[in-house]
Amino acid sequence: MAFLVLDRVRKEFGGSTAVEDFNLAVEAGEFVSFLGPSGCGKTTTLRMIAGFEKPSVGRISIGGRDITNARPNERNVGMVFQSYALFPNMTVGQNVGFGLKLKKVGREETQSRVNELLELIHMPDKGDSYPHELSGGQQQRVALARALAIRPQVLLLDEPLSALDAKIRDELRIEIRRIQRTLDITTIYVTHDQEEAMALSDRVVVMSRGVMEQVGPPFQIYNYPETRFVASFVGKLNQIPGVVIDSKTVQCGDERLQTTTPIEESPGTAVNVMVRPEELDIGAGEENQLVGVVESVNFLGAIVRVRIARGEQMITADLFNERLLELPEVEEAVTISFPAHACWVMKAN
Amino acid sequence: MTVTAPPVVIETPPAIATPVRAGAGSKVLAWVIMLAGVLYFFAPLVATGERAFRAIGRTFSFEAFRRVITDPEFLRTFGESVINAVATIVVSLLVIVPTAYWVTLKVPKLRSIIEFITLLPFVIPAVVLVFGLIRMYSRPPLAILGSYGSTRIILICAYAALSFPYMYRSVDNGLRAINVRTLTEAAQSLGATWPTIVWRVIFPNLRVALLSGALLTFAIVIGELTVALYLGQHTFGPFMSNLVRNFVAEPAALTILSFAMTWGAMGFISYLTRRQPGKRRMRRRP
Repeated sequence: MAFLVLDRVRKEFGGSTAVEDFNLAVEAGEFVSFLGPSGCGKTTTLRMIAGFEKPSVGRISIGGRDITNARPNERNVGMVFQSYALFPNMTVGQNVGFGLKLKKVGREETQSRVNELLELIHMPDKGDSYPHELSGGQQQRVALARALAIRPQVLLLDEPLSALDAKIRDELRIEIRRIQRTLDITTIYVTHDQEEAMALSDRVVVMSRGVMEQVGPPFQIYNYPETRFVASFVGKLNQIPGVVIDSKTVQCGDERLQTTTPIEESPGTAVNVMVRPEELDIGAGEENQLVGVVESVNFLGAIVRVRIARGEQMITADLFNERLLELPEVEEAVTISFPAHACWVMKAN
Repeated sequence: MTVTAPPVVIETPPAIATPVRAGAGSKVLAWVIMLAGVLYFFAPLVATGERAFRAIGRTFSFEAFRRVITDPEFLRTFGESVINAVATIVVSLLVIVPTAYWVTLKVPKLRSIIEFITLLPFVIPAVVLVFGLIRMYSRPPLAILGSYGSTRIILICAYAALSFPYMYRSVDNGLRAINVRTLTEAAQSLGATWPTIVWRVIFPNLRVALLSGALLTFAIVIGELTVALYLGQHTFGPFMSNLVRNFVAEPAALTILSFAMTWGAMGFISYLTRRQPGKRRMRRRP
């Protein structure tokens, strides 16, 4: 049986539904991210696991124990907040040891655990510092250590990196994953940053308007999106309008595009051919080809983003940078190609 | 051979129209306003000091202060007012802190209503309040104004109400300065109960706000006259009032003492405010 289970959970605020029919089973030691735009219900779901919100309907259990109606302080769940939430009147050591003191753990054991966690977050000499003496990244590390000190059954992180600058965010992201793997702790991570979710998670739950759109490993979410929302929210996506010819062919303007994924829509139906920018190549190919005019070429370091106009429609191609890459000129007519297995078809809106 | 020093040429700088220094006039005006303000505030104080320190003829002396302090009524009434003030602070804190905390955390929409209620003592004159209290508590079923002790309880409750605007504002500002909701939730997730959260997380971070509110309350209660007079309480306010009616130099000495106490309290608040929470270094653990 799964370690953390959310069974048909729903949350209503007044007349509006924040989370609808949420079902999830998380295995022990698994790292799951809730990904979605603002207002999609990901934080509300996390807060229901933490006990700060009560589900209107449904049941939540951890390790087989029903915690749906348990108070937050009875759940043994560690929480890390976006705003760090360190107690300003306490030193780093006192912050980390706060939960242990409440559990009446002995002074020596508390000190030993605090030292162990400060080592884990690479801040062994900061025990006597106050939160206001630390940088944002350091404060968030302390918040993580504090949440882990009580040996929680589940670790909850609510957009913990949002308030940090890009470099610190990348470093701390790696740290969080390292610590999670070291302790093998079941973790739920809320973010609106898809790169963060992809990089950290064993599985990603994509949410929109309170509903789970898709659950799966990052590779599956990115490459095999099940809904239009997931396809467009996760990563960049080209949507080329066309009409179904048969179960493998779509007519897009003057060109015919092939896909290996069977098309469910009947012939004559208006559809969109979906293809990721990194699947496109400039130049003639063996399978699908489109013709367009280069609108812009942006050098982004590891990739070069080329925008190609096909009439009113714009197609983006991300080319991997290499020293011998020949970049097209703006206003140059080019042929774009991609293999049949790289695209799939969805019914037009 | 004669060496002649080269002629010193003093170059006259080209004539430049002296720019009108922007703000020079306003600077003078600022000084004038400040001096007027200083005079407005300090002239009466100097006059009072003059009266207090020259109780015997034109000689400088502390005689007026000595007479006030050695008056047995001074110490008795002052002591009683201090006890009243401390009791008022306790009652006010017990009412205001949980209320402000709960409103901030759970029902922020009620903040404006609570603010309005706490401001009522500014709108309702103390004399109206005290007549209301007398009417309410001097007849059944709440006839508790029979003895001096029971009336004193009513007095303290009335003082607590009078202190609400100051106490609520101080506490509310303190709560706004910290992220109450997140700190509460962080403590809860670590296993803290409500009393633990209030005592170990919220209170220490409201230290300066609570002290400000407490000292302001102290300053109000210590010299309050109207309520104490009508409730027949022998506190410091009526003592001062009596002194003013019957003596000349002693009231001035008392005024100087009151000023010193108030300024001392304000200085203490300002000192504490400069020290942010957590800046105090604690002893290093072994």
